Amino acid sequence: MREAFILVGVLCSLAGIAQAKPVTDGAGRQVSIPVKVERVYAAGPPASMLVFAIAPDKLIGWTRAFRPDEAAFIAPKYGALPELGRLTGRGNTANVEVLLRERTDLVVDAGSTAETYVSLANRVQQQTGIPYLLLDGRLDAVPDSLRVLGKALGEEERGSMLAEYVENALRDIKGRVSRTRPEERPRVYYGRGPAGLQTGLAGSINVELLEYLGARNVAAETKGGLANVSLEQVLAWNPEVILTTDPNFYAAVWKDERWQNVAAVRAKRVHLAPHLPFGWFDFPPGANRILGLYWAGLLLYPGAFPADLRPRIVEFHRLFYHQAPTAAQLEALLGEPGVLPK
Amino acid sequence: MSRGAAAYFGALLALCALVALAFAIGRFPVSTGDLVGAFGAKLLGLTHPLPENVETVIFKVRGPRVLAALIVGAALAAAGTAYQGMFRNPLVSPDLLGVATGAALGAVLGIFLSRDVWTIQAFAFAGGLAAVALVYWIGSSVPRHDPLLALVLTGIVIGTLLGSGIALLKYLADPYNQLPAITYWLLGSLASINPSDLGAVALLALAGLAPMLLLRWRMNLLALPDDEARALGVDTRRLRLVVIAAATLMTAAAVAVSGIIGWIGLIIPHAARLLIGPNFGRLLPLAMLLGAAFLLAVDTLCRTIASIEVPPGVLTAMLGTPFFLWLFAASRKGW
Repeated sequence: MREAFILVGVLCSLAGIAQAKPVTDGAGRQVSIPVKVERVYAAGPPASMLVFAIAPDKLIGWTRAFRPDEAAFIAPKYGALPELGRLTGRGNTANVEVLLRERTDLVVDAGSTAETYVSLANRVQQQTGIPYLLLDGRLDAVPDSLRVLGKALGEEERGSMLAEYVENALRDIKGRVSRTRPEERPRVYYGRGPAGLQTGLAGSINVELLEYLGARNVAAETKGGLANVSLEQVLAWNPEVILTTDPNFYAAVWKDERWQNVAAVRAKRVHLAPHLPFGWFDFPPGANRILGLYWAGLLLYPGAFPADLRPRIVEFHRLFYHQAPTAAQLEALLGEPGVLPK
Repeated sequence: MSRGAAAYFGALLALCALVALAFAIGRFPVSTGDLVGAFGAKLLGLTHPLPENVETVIFKVRGPRVLAALIVGAALAAAGTAYQGMFRNPLVSPDLLGVATGAALGAVLGIFLSRDVWTIQAFAFAGGLAAVALVYWIGSSVPRHDPLLALVLTGIVIGTLLGSGIALLKYLADPYNQLPAITYWLLGSLASINPSDLGAVALLALAGLAPMLLLRWRMNLLALPDDEARALGVDTRRLRLVVIAAATLMTAAAVAVSGIIGWIGLIIPHAARLLIGPNFGRLLPLAMLLGAAFLLAVDTLCRTIASIEVPPGVLTAMLGTPFFLWLFAASRKGW
């Protein structure tokens, strides 16, 4: 009798494999995915966001638990999902066993599709037998990633709908940028870290937004990722706008006399990117940056972008986070010192 | 001119030339005329119209950084010289009792908690002092052991423990935001030196230097075995505590603003000893001159060779190793 049960079980699981559908991921890998995907592990924050946007009930956890101020923007039943750690190139905190324990149907990662990440995906897939989807995290690739993920999750319609939303937003942004004259494009410095002296070089994912908006990144003479620069170099660049993600630096820049002669400080064009529930400018480098594009666009080209960000934020939150922010939350987001010009 | 005097004269000359060069070059273009004019205006009250930002660059950005390189370089070299003499071991660096590792843990904690720069530096300074205090307390309360050996061993194990604390915080840090900041701090840099940091560092470094200079004659006795030193009337235990406290104060102050810069505290004392011999009173000032000149040279390169900063830790070894090997081969003086 017991044997019969086991046999039925084996047959059923074989049938499940037989019903697999092939999906081509962002790295061009052919991944065979079960027809019914119910439990999805996202390997890093950008992937979490995409899975959450398409099928929040299939997400089994976050890579890092929300802090209270972040959790306020997410429905409690999703905000309370367990912390599972991350499983991606930048230092793993998750154990592969967790994937098995959680009876995961699918692993999704979004970001770089370089050889390192392809091999990581292949290894985890081989080791666990769980299909592993690697999506391209660049802004231009977000619509495709949403479509591929929608198909993999059996939510093609919702995936396409979100993809169209992003496509329209990106097209709208490109149109607005292309209507500005080249001489209107300001020279921008992106200052990270507590002293504001880390920046993103040409081609780094950290300044993808600036490049997308056609702004002139002062550090773009060198290609690379993140780097330290000297204050003297920043003074020599004399940027017209400074964008930062660090509230400590934002507070210090107005007090430190050495920064006072920088054009951006004189013109009061130093701005702090909102970070709730996910950063708008840089981290994590996911679809959350769509809002950042409108925000930075407004700061860089004041006339060319809609001055009121609220409708955009409400729509984006409703689509991607399944909950529109309250009036008080909107005020908190946009009213934080430095987010918008006074 | 004696060999020692020649070494001093050469080191001073090199230092002056380097200071002039360091003020003259940088990423922000400043003409020699403006540089001289700015100093004339500042020191002699002459009037000299300067282009925008030049005064800020010279007196608030480049100047403090030059001074910081001198102070940090001298402090690390002095601490290294004192430690090598006291522990009678040429492989000893100022981090032997965990001051740099403790400071690093403090700074990493500050970054992990997203604090501002001032707090991060304060954490680093406090971390350095606390680490050495802990090592000294444990090491000196172990009975029936050679006191130096007990200190060294305690320093090594506590250092490892602190290192694992750093590793844990790196692991838990936000990989997009905090991890790069931690990595850059651990690589060391003088890029974020602020004029207001400088006074505090100089004061602390001087406070550490004063006892070393006052005790320079007795320092030589620490190189003797404990019983012989005691026979000459030296309270080795107390003297050792004073020297450790002084060296720790200097190193912690330096590391708090510069991050981890290795090599100088280990190799510069050797270079000085090759030039002038092991007498502490003569050795200490030369080691400080060499340390200051060397870090200034390295930092000037760090901030000028590319539009991005090069970490000094990369250049110290690249420049220092050939220099040291040449000195080693050319010298006949013993340790």
